[in-house]
Amino acid sequence: MLAQFLQFAMSGLTVGAVYGIVALGFTLIYNASGVMNFAQGEFVMIGGMVTVSAVGAGVPLPLAALIAVIVAASVGVLLQRLAIEPVRDAPPVVLIIITVGAALVIRGVAQIVFGKQLHKLSDFSGDTPLAFLGASILPQALWVLAGTVLIVALVWLFLNLTMLGKALIATSANRLAAKLVGINISFILALAFALSAVIGSAAGILVTPITFTYAEVGTLLALKGFAALVLGGLGSPLGAVIGGLLLGLSEAFAAGYLSSTYKDAVALLLMIAVLLLRPGGILGHAGAERV
Amino acid sequence: MTLHKSLAIAAGLLLGATSLFGGAQAQDIKVGAVLSVTGPGAFLGDPADKTLRMYVDEINAKGGVKGRKLQLVIYDDGGDAGKARTFATRLVEEDKIVAMVGGSSTGTTMAMVPIFEEAQIPFISLGGAVVIIEPVKKFVFKTPHTDRMACEKIFTDLKQRNLTRIALISGTDGFGKSMRDQCAAVNAKYGVEILAEETYGPRDTDMTPQLTNLKAKAGVQAVINPGFGQGPAIVTRNFRQLGFAVPLYQSHGVASKQYIDLAGDAANGVRLPAAALLVADKLAASDPQKAVASAYATKFQTITKEPVSTFGGHAFDGLMILVGAMERGGFDPKAIRDEIEKTKGLIGTAGVFNMSASDHMGLDLSAFKMLEIRNGDWALAE
Amino acid sequence: MMARFRQNCWFEPALIALIIIIIGLVLPSTYYFRIATLVLIAGLSATGLNLLLGYAGQISLGHAGFVGIGAYAVAVLPAKFAVPSLLAVFCGTLVSGIVALIIGRPILRLKDHFLAVATLAFGILIAMVLNNEQWLTGGPDGMAVPRVELFGIRIRSAQSWYWICGGVLVLAVVLARNLLDSSTGRALRALHDSEVAARSAGIDVARIKSIVFVISAVFASLSGSLYALFNGHVTPDIASFLNSIEIVTMVVLGGMGSLSGGLVGAVILVVLPQALSFFHEYEHLLLGLLMILILVFMRAGIVPTLAARWARGRT
Repeated sequence: MLAQFLQFAMSGLTVGAVYGIVALGFTLIYNASGVMNFAQGEFVMIGGMVTVSAVGAGVPLPLAALIAVIVAASVGVLLQRLAIEPVRDAPPVVLIIITVGAALVIRGVAQIVFGKQLHKLSDFSGDTPLAFLGASILPQALWVLAGTVLIVALVWLFLNLTMLGKALIATSANRLAAKLVGINISFILALAFALSAVIGSAAGILVTPITFTYAEVGTLLALKGFAALVLGGLGSPLGAVIGGLLLGLSEAFAAGYLSSTYKDAVALLLMIAVLLLRPGGILGHAGAERV
Repeated sequence: MTLHKSLAIAAGLLLGATSLFGGAQAQDIKVGAVLSVTGPGAFLGDPADKTLRMYVDEINAKGGVKGRKLQLVIYDDGGDAGKARTFATRLVEEDKIVAMVGGSSTGTTMAMVPIFEEAQIPFISLGGAVVIIEPVKKFVFKTPHTDRMACEKIFTDLKQRNLTRIALISGTDGFGKSMRDQCAAVNAKYGVEILAEETYGPRDTDMTPQLTNLKAKAGVQAVINPGFGQGPAIVTRNFRQLGFAVPLYQSHGVASKQYIDLAGDAANGVRLPAAALLVADKLAASDPQKAVASAYATKFQTITKEPVSTFGGHAFDGLMILVGAMERGGFDPKAIRDEIEKTKGLIGTAGVFNMSASDHMGLDLSAFKMLEIRNGDWALAE
Repeated sequence: MMARFRQNCWFEPALIALIIIIIGLVLPSTYYFRIATLVLIAGLSATGLNLLLGYAGQISLGHAGFVGIGAYAVAVLPAKFAVPSLLAVFCGTLVSGIVALIIGRPILRLKDHFLAVATLAFGILIAMVLNNEQWLTGGPDGMAVPRVELFGIRIRSAQSWYWICGGVLVLAVVLARNLLDSSTGRALRALHDSEVAARSAGIDVARIKSIVFVISAVFASLSGSLYALFNGHVTPDIASFLNSIEIVTMVVLGGMGSLSGGLVGAVILVVLPQALSFFHEYEHLLLGLLMILILVFMRAGIVPTLAARWARGRT
């Protein structure tokens, strides 16, 4: 019984960690610019795809990963400069549709550059499962979990301890005030997109040995990441990760204990229930609305 | 931008669109294809797309069919049945094709069937399920083996190994569901009992919860996984991760080297029914399929630099059946249809085709080989 | 200003009707009629969503769920329960309306992105049921839809469907226009500007939102029914998340808060992929690029932007 429970929990945590990192990427951009970036899943795809191609060309894994992160960050900055910056104050739904368009473009380019087939990356430290109280865990899952913790810690440190990070928070809180104290808003917004792309691509690199990657892998991840983000409480980085983990766990436990056919439905119903009980998400606050 | 300019651009776009719809070249014989080149079925449509293009080029380079060049019109439905139907209408109405090879999945095929039946244009589908040809539709044919045949082949192998109590884990996509139903319909005939069943979404990334449940079920002697895409590769990896010790059977839906690449060492020991194409180099020299299958595999791999799959092979078979029919009967769609139905002894990558008025696929169980994956490569299990 | 607006309240539906008639008279073949009919059908759900998104300012990423209900109503009811197709259309819209009424109240209390995700979840749930309940819906491969009979004549040609869908769309636009010019419409605009202000002014915000949600769901359901009857075959794709996004994209591209804008958006998203199929590999890339370009240069959407330019040009 315990072994089964642990197996389900481990599955949920691994999948949920990825949802969480994607949601974290969403949060950074949303906080800084108010844009809900539906091309977030494409950063995950770039991370995996570029690493796979570079490794395939004989580049060692760490260097390949670095290249992938740099490519993703550049795409993030380009997206912000070319498509978001010119319409910065447009209504949110217009910005959403622009990012949907951007996702189509990135996916289209990836299909031409990398082809339409599935690709694989070798596990970082072998695929011999580790036994833990009767459950069986792949080393790569530990990489994903450790990577998630590290990414969350780094983001926290960056936001709270560096000048740039504080400037980002200030911009999120009040753009006009931030501008008045001399923060270069345009630079900060580009930074948010770059950072978010870095996080997304890192998730892509960590998870590709488990999930494989292909040009259209981002669509579903963006959807789940978006759900995780809103579930956790819009705008809270910690909430985003918690939301992701909860979503992953509910899917795994539903598949294990209830019905594998309707496991996603269970997760969705749970999400709707949370939203109705706490309209601001788990860590959000449903305070009075500004008029 | 002034209003004038905007209007001019809008008008230009519309005109451009309309002129693109037309523009046919006379003389050439038009063959159509609607394939799922992008979307979740891309691994089916993409190799089919490449196969059709490279072989139509080859045929034309050799002087065409009866001295006439073939012109290929391919549309990408992205896996969407509604789009497939629209493109089918376009092929029939605008492009005036004489025949069609395509329809990557059962869903898109079934959405297009009425158009071709109504227009009386032959349609050779690349979809898997048995509903495409049962009941027989006058103008509809297919080249891949049916999912029922795959189940029967697996059950035959199970009986030989004395394994009769099985579990199913299937994808909730069209292919997985259809094959699951066929297996659940013919299992009794082979004395095989299904003890437990689980499903997974076609884009799920972790199936350990479902497999944990199957493993906990007492008495399961083998597991069958009807599905295609990345799902079966993940199932295979999770299966080994959990130390599940019974035999694992995959379907012909993973009949591509890509599956072995994705699943890695975990794929060793997995069995699946598939066309001889995958083991072309291992066939006995006397095997009638050896020459055709090897030639196709070599050409595909040389040109695309991608591993050969049976999905591209089905398109090759379809095109060859069509070309054969046109050589014999000319270019009138109805005549082509009649000749396709008369296809006899045509050696393709999937087997030897013998069509008839009551059999619009023309393959029997002997076309399937039971393969086992050993040391990261296909091997004949029998 | 207001008076002129009132005077012109028949102008938009009449213009749309005129365009539909002219196009119907010049289209050369079944294929063109099919594309045009698909535009009209998409335009119907875009019109419904425009009321919700463009006028009431409430987002929905799950409207394809209602399209799916409408489509499967005319597929399942006649095939499995021998309900006549026309009655099935009615049943579909009724079910959609009731579902929208039930879920609308609680869900519409949510704001912006929270509302987006709740409606998204609803849409996916519907698609999931259609996909999984194979005994009823035929599963992922879909099911055939029985042809509709009207006065004993089977309607199957794309031409007939073009005129039927055109008629329904014009009716829908007239209905929407009337709604917008009623007191509900004024309340809607107040709501769009500021919910708190609207509430302070004594408008029953929850009721208004609910009404518009139900109307948009009914439009979506109706468009689903028409699509299924016209197409003769349905698959669960019709209720997919991507389809929901497509309807939103139509409204945003064409112009939120402009009825003809939603229709222009429908034209773009239905016709463009047909034109772009010529570019094969580059199709999705170009579609995405055009979406970005249109919105960067006409952020209010095509119709409102052009209308504003035209108005400026005249003064």
